[in-house]
Amino acid sequence: MFQRLPETTSHRADINFTFEGRPLAASQGDSLACALLAAGVVACRTTPATGAARAPYCLMGVCFECLVTIDGIANRQACMVEVTDGMQVTRQTGKREASPSGPRA
Amino acid sequence: MTARMIQQLSELASHYDIVVIGAGPAGMAAASTAAAGGASVLVVDEGAGPGGQIYRSVTSASSRIMSLMGAEYLTGKTHAGRFLESRIDYANAATVWSIAPDESEAMGGGSFEICLSQNGIARGISTRHVILATGAQERPFPIPGWTLPGVMTAGAAQIALKSSGLVPSGRVVLAGSGPLLYLLASQLLAARVKPVALLDTTPTLNWLKAAPALPDFLRSPYFGKGLKLLRAVRRGIRVVRGVNQLRADGDGQLGLVTFTRGRRLPEALEADTLLLHQGVVPATNLAMSAGVKHHWSAGQCCWLPDCDGWGHTSVPGISITGDGTGIAGAEAATARGELAAIGALHRLGLLTKAERGRQAPPARAALEKARQGRRFLDALYRPADRFRVPKDNATIVCRCEEVTAGQVRAAAALGAQGPNQLKSFARAGMGPCQGRMCGLTITEIMAVERRLSQSQIGCLTVRTPVKPVTLAELAGMSSCSGKATDETHAG
Repeated sequence: MFQRLPETTSHRADINFTFEGRPLAASQGDSLACALLAAGVVACRTTPATGAARAPYCLMGVCFECLVTIDGIANRQACMVEVTDGMQVTRQTGKREASPSGPRA
Repeated sequence: MTARMIQQLSELASHYDIVVIGAGPAGMAAASTAAAGGASVLVVDEGAGPGGQIYRSVTSASSRIMSLMGAEYLTGKTHAGRFLESRIDYANAATVWSIAPDESEAMGGGSFEICLSQNGIARGISTRHVILATGAQERPFPIPGWTLPGVMTAGAAQIALKSSGLVPSGRVVLAGSGPLLYLLASQLLAARVKPVALLDTTPTLNWLKAAPALPDFLRSPYFGKGLKLLRAVRRGIRVVRGVNQLRADGDGQLGLVTFTRGRRLPEALEADTLLLHQGVVPATNLAMSAGVKHHWSAGQCCWLPDCDGWGHTSVPGISITGDGTGIAGAEAATARGELAAIGALHRLGLLTKAERGRQAPPARAALEKARQGRRFLDALYRPADRFRVPKDNATIVCRCEEVTAGQVRAAAALGAQGPNQLKSFARAGMGPCQGRMCGLTITEIMAVERRLSQSQIGCLTVRTPVKPVTLAELAGMSSCSGKATDETHAG
């Protein structure tokens, strides 16, 4: 659980994106991982091996725990991507499957 | 003159004298110094803006964040300003995933091919010299339950604060060892977040081991700053010292932190967020993938690259600077960055030996000053054996493939010789993080099990690409085409 301090991002415009189809708001300049933490999202994926829930851990691109699917492209590190208006984000569940019709299908 | 921001990799030149990887304090200083010395310089950095992790978001942070972070963070603004006024090409939000010898005849040997990606587009360029300024990462902290949502690193909490003004809400517990943990605690207090407790895992015996280095520490600026920090944190938070067991529990997310102090009975704390930290270690993946020789540091319990005073490594044309050569902090990194650039300029024939000898002493003096007191901090905050080599066999060691300490031990008992053979026994180190979160732990567990030194056990072999690349990126490459997949050379 995270909350935004007042007077830290007041100059930034609001960004609207979705997670699992749910509309969420973020501040411009947020990494997607920070936007998810601020929105109260607990887990961003489940593991390929046992299906355990995972969430962002290092926020600096090292641990690969914050992998999500962004606009149809899987295995994106949410902490390394800036959240943008209209971004559609979904949780990664278990293993990735190769899609016969390409990543954007 | 100002830095040219590279928005698309098509804007890059096909060749640079020097490529600096990383725009933290070391990378920024190296790039500015190299550009001032007349080299054509490209800086590639994963961050949105310059500063690395220590000065993260320093060019965009609000005044509120600036005041919360304190005076040292503020100095990052000066460094970033100087960097952005340098005559350099600067590719932000970009990742280097391969460094390989350039075998194309056009370059006549002695140069490197660098493959990088930005916005889903990949490109290869060539350079005569690479300065790796990839800094450090937090040391793995394998305790039972450290994979639960709600458990993060202290560094992550600090990044959330610097970059987005976020603070953990609810019940927060900090646990581990080292200056960053106390710094974060004081910053949270300043932001009116009061953690439930700080569980200090620093072994009590470390104070004895650090004592010989105390006089040096007392003369260093760390002493005054450290004392002030400890006082502020102890006034605001319950600090529990001598914690020797730690675990996190919860159903799908963190609910409880349990710890033991000395021989007392375990105590449980209800918690929503657990922030772990036991120091930082050099980020070695890119250097290792490029074939740079490393050695085990018994003092810092990690791999360090073999480097001379200019950061030159075992691979001619690749130097390493900043915390990547051994942890010494931001001020030392700035000095080391300058020295690496001076060394590189001389190697490229852009600086005479006499000129090098004239330019280096101020940076050497700054480095010496910045390193004062480090020996004490290294000894005091050397993480406890039990928190580097988990005793509980059920503890997950490799987070990606969910391999436990027990599975690593069982593989060693069955005859796995080292981390690389362990891959075929247990898949440890084969997930997307490529061993960043488990490599050190695996080496140390296997060293104990096989009664060998960490050097004898060795480390996970790191191969190109050091960060995942999509097939679409590879297929669309304008240079380096088709080669990247063959570059899994011995490293």
